[in-house]
Amino acid sequence: MPRSPLPLVLGRHRANMSAMAHPETWLTPQPAGLFCAPGGFFIDPLRAVERAVITHAHSDHARPGHTAVLASPPTLALMRARLGDGAGRTQQALAWGERLRIGAVELWLEPAGHVLGSAQVVMEYQGSRAVVSGDYKRQPDPTCDAFIPVPCDVFVTEATFALPVFRHPQAAGEIAKLLASVRLFPERTHVIGCYSLGKTQRLIALLREAGWDEAIFMHGALAPMCDIYEQFGVPLGDLRPATVAAKKDLVGRIVLAPPAAIADRWARRLAEPVVCMASGWMRVRQRAKQSGVELPLVISDHADWDELNRTVDEVQAPEIWVTHGSEDALIHEVARRNIRGRPLRLIGYGEEEP
Amino acid sequence: MIAFATLLERLLFTQGRSDKIRLLAQYFATQPDPDRGIALAAIAGELRFAAAKAGLIRDLANARTDPILFALSYDFVGDLAETVALIWPEAATNAAPPSLPELVEALNLTPKIRLPDLVAGWLDACDAGTRLALLKLITGGLRIGVTGRLARIALAELSQGRASADDIEEVWHSLAPPYAGLFAWLEGRAPRPDPATAPVFRPPMLAHPLEPADLAALNPAALRAEWKWDGVRVQLVATPGGRRLYSRGAEDISATFPEILAAMDFQGVLDGELLVIRNGTVAPFADLQQRLNRKTVGAKMLADYPCAIRLYDILFDGAEDLRPQPFDARRARLEAWFARTRPACMDLSELIPFDTMDDLATLREGARAATIEGLMLKDRTSPYLPGRPKGHWWKWKRAPLTIDAVLMYAQRGHGKRSGSYSDYTFGLWREDGELVPVGKAYFGFTDRELAFLDQWIRTHTTARFGPVREVEHGLVLEIAFDGAQRSTRHKSGIALRFPRIARLRTDKPASEADRLEMLERLIPK
Repeated sequence: MPRSPLPLVLGRHRANMSAMAHPETWLTPQPAGLFCAPGGFFIDPLRAVERAVITHAHSDHARPGHTAVLASPPTLALMRARLGDGAGRTQQALAWGERLRIGAVELWLEPAGHVLGSAQVVMEYQGSRAVVSGDYKRQPDPTCDAFIPVPCDVFVTEATFALPVFRHPQAAGEIAKLLASVRLFPERTHVIGCYSLGKTQRLIALLREAGWDEAIFMHGALAPMCDIYEQFGVPLGDLRPATVAAKKDLVGRIVLAPPAAIADRWARRLAEPVVCMASGWMRVRQRAKQSGVELPLVISDHADWDELNRTVDEVQAPEIWVTHGSEDALIHEVARRNIRGRPLRLIGYGEEEP
Repeated sequence: MIAFATLLERLLFTQGRSDKIRLLAQYFATQPDPDRGIALAAIAGELRFAAAKAGLIRDLANARTDPILFALSYDFVGDLAETVALIWPEAATNAAPPSLPELVEALNLTPKIRLPDLVAGWLDACDAGTRLALLKLITGGLRIGVTGRLARIALAELSQGRASADDIEEVWHSLAPPYAGLFAWLEGRAPRPDPATAPVFRPPMLAHPLEPADLAALNPAALRAEWKWDGVRVQLVATPGGRRLYSRGAEDISATFPEILAAMDFQGVLDGELLVIRNGTVAPFADLQQRLNRKTVGAKMLADYPCAIRLYDILFDGAEDLRPQPFDARRARLEAWFARTRPACMDLSELIPFDTMDDLATLREGARAATIEGLMLKDRTSPYLPGRPKGHWWKWKRAPLTIDAVLMYAQRGHGKRSGSYSDYTFGLWREDGELVPVGKAYFGFTDRELAFLDQWIRTHTTARFGPVREVEHGLVLEIAFDGAQRSTRHKSGIALRFPRIARLRTDKPASEADRLEMLERLIPK
């Protein structure tokens, strides 16, 4: 993929910001979301707006009903699959690093490593640069492009797992735990609660990397997203619908289903299911127990505490804005490194990670 | 240590009782001595390290983390040991986690001043899951929903028929960690450990609640009746090896009742009710509660709340096992023994004369003293059998209706009580071993009981849902209520009318709380 060279590094080292427009003068939190006034667009707006730039296709960030939508090609495809006509009257695709002038703002997208197509929105206006990272992670993920740190003056970050108790282990180790359990209980079906977009495909890819070449069975809600991943060149192997399979055919198998389905009537079709859940919240036992799982798998689409802090350092921004999550802890921590933190308190994000 | 940490994690996430037993049995079958014996001691609550306290753990974490970040994390996680386990900075070390025997030896031998460094070094060598197991182990309180009884059932499973849980119960109190002789017996490598003259606990005989259907079937001529006293059922054991007072759950409560121990100047095993008795009159249960759960008891406490035993039965006279004998024969032996021994602080439970079941019904209704719960009916030919055998003993409690339910969830109250967890959801056991909620109660307790409940809930929380805490299934509440009816409000399908907390049954193990079927039978057809 062709990379556009990064412009001069602004960032923490620059002594004087008076000559330029501080991002807080042109990027403002509003009830509908973060608004870029000189460009006339919202980023991941929480309600239907005229012009929206979308970081990724999760339903809390990609809401229906916008008039014009700008996003990465996979994000647009995923939005069309999920929202149909609600995916935006006009849709404009933007490749990684491709620069676009909207009003007085120069804008481009860089990968965020969260799910397929997930982007950071980089904006420059009157000599300052802000990056809205959407949701992101730094662990390797074979199903999407890796996060690229972009030096900036203001870095807008999530804080879903912004407490030092959250350190996601290597995903491969969690998959090994799952496969050990499959070997230990060959007479049972392992059903994993996972979100349909991103987590599902990452789990499948991780299982394939671990050598699990057998068919993986899926709840009907997960298949459309998998198709789009394959269209964008992410191979997922032998996938079959769990819904039509006989109970005995699911013995010893791995079944993926949305979190809501695993505790539901749907799961009764399975043979003595071992209920697993793949989520960053599984790190805390109380949370894991509360969701009624037997095998918690700490696999997350979000940056953990160390990744958040490492990213804040790598983008060299003197200031971070926190959209949602445990902002108190992150802002407290970065202040110890002389970085200013500002909570945006945007209500409506963070509904995807179960 | 890692195998033990894995076991704890599996147990925590396993719901079913039989699955827990299987996990335990599998662990005992695959782990070496003395590791498994130490694990057994930890699970059965027999492992105590005096010097390693929660404060030490907190200090270690404070020295390594920012206090604000720690406070925010603790607030989110809700459990000190887990917060420390998760927040502990990963250290580069070649050291391996300690094995269970190493851990026990080091904790017992290390001077207190060097404990923090010792524990910190261990935590550095562990991953988060093992750190949690280690912290739970050294501070006590594993909170995995497993009792000593459940562990003994798993041990019975391990023995493949060589010993029952009751057989193990009978030698248990003569054994000490790491239980090498016990495992050898269970695996058929050695004879049963001889408790010799050790003052071991004998599984007590328990009664079934008398159902209306039983009433017609019972033959009054075959029955003996006694008052069912509102105290704590206990077992007195005095042998050449020592004297013990056990609760019916096999807990050694000797230290709490020194006057009873002092009066046990005999050889034998007796079954009775522990009561506060002043000038021959039984005091309300609340008085007895003042005496329970105390590590030490002062002279004033002894004078204000004088305890005594009302004797129901005799299991051993000297070394002679009387349990196979019928009730009438044992009763005669008990009376003879009592006349001969005249022990202080004890009297005999009176046999109530009656002719017909109607006489009993009248007696039961007429028993208005709060200290009498109802009647006990015993078949005069019954041997003393461990557990709750059918068709031998019945308890016929007087109205109101009561159930012994298990506390499941708690919520903070409002107004005056907004600081305390004063709103309780309780449940009963279903046939499949699941605990299902049957109701909520938020009054009926004293301020002192409220303080106890609030503290208990805070230290036994297993999950939080907003303002609601889920607690360990470890506290039995006696719930009084006016009636039961069908309802869709609770998972159990039953709603209680006017439920209130009659008292806290800290003496009763949660596994012995009432079954849902028992409540179902109280629903008018």
